[in-house]
Amino acid sequence: MDWFDSWGLTLAVFLPVVGMVALIAIPRAEEQLIKATALLATLLTLAVGVALLFRFDYDATGSLQFEVDKRWIDVIQSRYHMGIDGISLPLLVLSMFITVLCVIYSWDHFPEPHNPKAFLALVLLLEAGMNGTFVAQDLILFFIFFEVVLLPMFFVIGVWGGPNRVYASIKFFLFTLFGSALMLLSFLALYFKLDTFQIDELARLGGEGLVLSTQNLIFAGLFLGFAIKVPMFPFHTWLPDAHTEAPTVGSVLLAAILLKLGTYGFVRIALPALPQAAQSWAPWIGLLAVIGIIYGALCCLAQRDLKRLVAFSSVAHMGFVMLGIATLTDFGINAAVFGMVAHGLITGMLFFLAGSVQERFNTREIDRLGGLLVQAPKLAWTLGFCAMASLGLPGLAGFWGEFPVMLSAYEPGGNLSELTFRIYMVVAAVGTVLAAGYLLWMFQRVAFGAVREEWESSHIHDIHAPEWVAWAPLLALIVFLGVYPNALFRVTDGASVQIADGIARVVGG
Amino acid sequence: MLRNAWLIPLLPAVSFFLIVMFGKRLPRRGSEIGILAIGASFVMSCVAAVQWIDRVEGAEEGGGGPLHALGRAVAAIGEGQGEPAPHAVVEPVTRSVTWWQNGNVEFSAGISIDGLAVMMLVVVTLVSLLVHVFSTSYLHGDRRYTHYFAFLSLFTASMLNLVVAPNTLQLLVGWELVGLCSFVLIGHWWEDKPNSDAAVKAFLTTRTGDVGLVIAIIILFSAAGTFDMQAINLAALDGEVGHGTLLAASVCLLIGIMGKSGQFPLHTWLPDAMAGPTPVSALIHAATMVVAGVYLGARLFPVLFEGFSIERGGVNPMALTGGITVIIGAALAFVQRDIKKVLAYSTISQIGYMVMGLGVGAWTAAVFHLFTHAFFKALLFLGAGSVSHSGSHHSFDMKSGMGGLRRPMPVTFWTFMIGSAALAGLPPLAGFWSKDEILATAGETGYEAFLLVGLIGALMTAAYMTRCVYLTFFGDFRGHGEPHESPLPITVPLVVLGGLAVVAGFVNATLFDIEKFREWVEPTVAFPELDHPQFDAFGALLAVAVAVAGISIAFAYWFQGRSHGLTQRSELARRGYLFLENKYYLDHLYTDLIVGSIKGGVARASYWVNQHAIDGAINGVGRMSARAGRFAYDIVDQGVVDGAINGIAAGTGESGGRLRAIQSGRVQRYALMLFAAVGFLSLALLIFA
Repeated sequence: MDWFDSWGLTLAVFLPVVGMVALIAIPRAEEQLIKATALLATLLTLAVGVALLFRFDYDATGSLQFEVDKRWIDVIQSRYHMGIDGISLPLLVLSMFITVLCVIYSWDHFPEPHNPKAFLALVLLLEAGMNGTFVAQDLILFFIFFEVVLLPMFFVIGVWGGPNRVYASIKFFLFTLFGSALMLLSFLALYFKLDTFQIDELARLGGEGLVLSTQNLIFAGLFLGFAIKVPMFPFHTWLPDAHTEAPTVGSVLLAAILLKLGTYGFVRIALPALPQAAQSWAPWIGLLAVIGIIYGALCCLAQRDLKRLVAFSSVAHMGFVMLGIATLTDFGINAAVFGMVAHGLITGMLFFLAGSVQERFNTREIDRLGGLLVQAPKLAWTLGFCAMASLGLPGLAGFWGEFPVMLSAYEPGGNLSELTFRIYMVVAAVGTVLAAGYLLWMFQRVAFGAVREEWESSHIHDIHAPEWVAWAPLLALIVFLGVYPNALFRVTDGASVQIADGIARVVGG
Repeated sequence: MLRNAWLIPLLPAVSFFLIVMFGKRLPRRGSEIGILAIGASFVMSCVAAVQWIDRVEGAEEGGGGPLHALGRAVAAIGEGQGEPAPHAVVEPVTRSVTWWQNGNVEFSAGISIDGLAVMMLVVVTLVSLLVHVFSTSYLHGDRRYTHYFAFLSLFTASMLNLVVAPNTLQLLVGWELVGLCSFVLIGHWWEDKPNSDAAVKAFLTTRTGDVGLVIAIIILFSAAGTFDMQAINLAALDGEVGHGTLLAASVCLLIGIMGKSGQFPLHTWLPDAMAGPTPVSALIHAATMVVAGVYLGARLFPVLFEGFSIERGGVNPMALTGGITVIIGAALAFVQRDIKKVLAYSTISQIGYMVMGLGVGAWTAAVFHLFTHAFFKALLFLGAGSVSHSGSHHSFDMKSGMGGLRRPMPVTFWTFMIGSAALAGLPPLAGFWSKDEILATAGETGYEAFLLVGLIGALMTAAYMTRCVYLTFFGDFRGHGEPHESPLPITVPLVVLGGLAVVAGFVNATLFDIEKFREWVEPTVAFPELDHPQFDAFGALLAVAVAVAGISIAFAYWFQGRSHGLTQRSELARRGYLFLENKYYLDHLYTDLIVGSIKGGVARASYWVNQHAIDGAINGVGRMSARAGRFAYDIVDQGVVDGAINGIAAGTGESGGRLRAIQSGRVQRYALMLFAAVGFLSLALLIFA
């Protein structure tokens, strides 16, 4: 299995590409074959992920494993350098896992204009980009994968999306491209100043040899690139439009994985490479994070559209993740990674549900729905379950992305002001009440009460088989991680401690 | 059993999943699993209690088997043995496993069983078991019978988990899960909007309080470096933690207690919660869940003790909260027509006694009151359920649906009378002993004002219960249909609880020098030294006299019809009545003003800002760049680059279809521009840095 230890990650990234190429080779009319091939490709990729899980050394989660480091573009010393540690592993596996579920879910209902071939090919390309981002250890490689993600999502929204898809897809594309351009600029600056694109090397240097003002400037570029992707307030406005217009599978992938690329970038690159700048930026990041928590929740309260509500709830949840990162503590970073995974599972589920509701009623308008518990009790209870998970009920996964974040904000790392972050903590805690508010009111209006007249005569299907197959693993994971969070914390902890130690080494405190 | 007490919450939790999965296919639609599981939990809790008592007695007298010790204990109660032995240290029984880790620190979950936990285990499993039995008849034929029993199981499991939790975090899990279950059970008949409104209100109000609890947990973790409650208590008592920190933690804890235990000003959800089925009200909103706050206060009492400087006497936020709640809850109970709402406000008021008891340093008395109250309040709620089930035909309105039910429903009537008398604090029933102890301690620890509050509360309690009993059971029947006695699954729990409401008080009957409850339940580790007043004959007589006075006044007013029409004759009385009828306008303040403005104005304004200000700016930038791009394009570009890119776009965009026509070129042009900007900025960076 030695070859796997060095080539496993390459497999994880390029198997979907192979699948995509195979899809392109199959004639468009062979729909069953196309679907089966796509499923096979994603399943094989997931199998690689499972193998990675089994061969991962959980006693050394802080160090890079399955590392491959080959010459690539000599002229700029960019290398084909991949590797995963305890933070990358769960996100990588999550990405593989969600993609499989997305392929299963779309089995029988491809949105208009149908065309499974193109759709699935794009999904596979998307997976390659996402997996690549999580394993890249070279900034250029990272940048390429980061950008590869953009294009398929642009087409998924722009072609298979809702009525306003064109506006939404362009906004999504330009907004994120704008961010990535600045990010690239910062990457280049790092290279010109420190002479390397290797992420681990940059972390080792910890910004050594850069004066603080330069660090701050470079961090600004990274911040914009990642903050737009997260998205943080006030760079979030592409998100509700993209989510609302995207087809269900697009929304799920967007929420579950794409948003994590930004937060992952902070944890993997921005913080370790520029700890001092991170410290001077942290209070502002924290501020934007808590504004996002409250603001996202308030916007949720004003929503009439189910999907848009879930989209805005992402802004609030990612606020918690960013607050955890802004504390610059092992505790906070660890909780942030947990929050990323939990948000991926829960919000992914909520988008699946919103999609299924829309498919059944041809509307997502909350006020037109009602009495879902009567017509489709299982669907409604699943919605209730996910709402509870989303509002951070202890015992379900969402809690572990929120509570430890607040805990870490009480005692932030570095030389950050305790008072500032304690205020953030209280504000974030108030945000949990608002979250309960919008989710419960949503659930009350959609599920409780009597069936609306307009739907009385229509027959509404309860959850059907492909939905169960796609959802059951997510639901089970939400419970499992909620009851036994150490399954994830144990994996990420070492890596988080390593990052926090690196920061503390440089900034003290 | 003590070491295996984790089984006690686990069984009902498993039962929840079994009922959800298989309940509908079983002959009794899942209720049998629930009853079996909770019955087994009850038996195990009793065994655990016996073993704990043995442990305590063994520690005090050295050796002896469990039965031996029980025998001694029973004998001690019977003979009214004198001086209790000086306290030996009895460590709680603990077990734990790693739950999660963070920052290289491992946190555990597990159990910590001591007297307080054992007492709660027995109370919760017993009341829950009786409620299960009661429900088989009360909810017979309900649409969601299976679903109801599943959530009863989950509720019990959550509450038991809360009780055995050794650390604050695990307690929080139970705490929130009981909140979830109460949401589901209050909204059980969710077809009607008021019911689901009540469910949402309950969840949101308690969650508002939970902000306090969560922050308290965080402060205490930071102060003591652990979630473990015994360690936190030790740290608080050792003076390791600054007073300011403890005060902040105490205030936050108190907010949590207010939310969960229905204390002023967060009590407004509790009466609305009566929208759920009556057995649920008995289980959740009387006997177990709402006392979770009191339990939390009892668990972390050393923190509150130091934080609020309870020893100093006078007045403190905790005692004040409880004191206010005693009075305002009791006052509201007078103006209710709905029998369950009378009981709900009575619960608020009685839990006020407990919180006040903790606040004045009467730990044992407060916990003892929790213990006795669980029995007689569950009894009263189930009695009300019985009345509505067989007497008033699903009406809870005392004025239009009840009256004169004492003849057709003798069992319900007599047990209800016992419950009312116990609640009113008439000797020798359970409520007398526990309430009296709170008052006696308040009098001795320097909280005389609260002694007075307690007495006024006792007067009001006796009076409103007299009114309630009169309207329900005396006079003429005002409802329709044939009232009759309820079937056995309903009356048996009533009789059991009635019996307990009579005898439960004797475990700590200070009059006869029995202080077994204190011996068994009061912690001996990490606990402050507290005063335990002797039985005070004068105080007890005073309390009884007050209760009798309350009954007499109410008797005169309702039974004999004296001074009726007070509200017509007196402007003041009319205003007072209106004030009470509007529940001090708190609901208006919360629902209309606070929630309404957030949900309506603030949320909509935020969204407006989002759509117009922020998004407007973004769109503006987009339009500007497009214009600038067109300018650059016309002058500079001449289509050479664009043409090439268009060609590529045409090649790749197989599915681009309609899209291509609209935007190909534009995106690329933006991209081009952005990269030009990047080049420019990198130049700037090189110059400035």
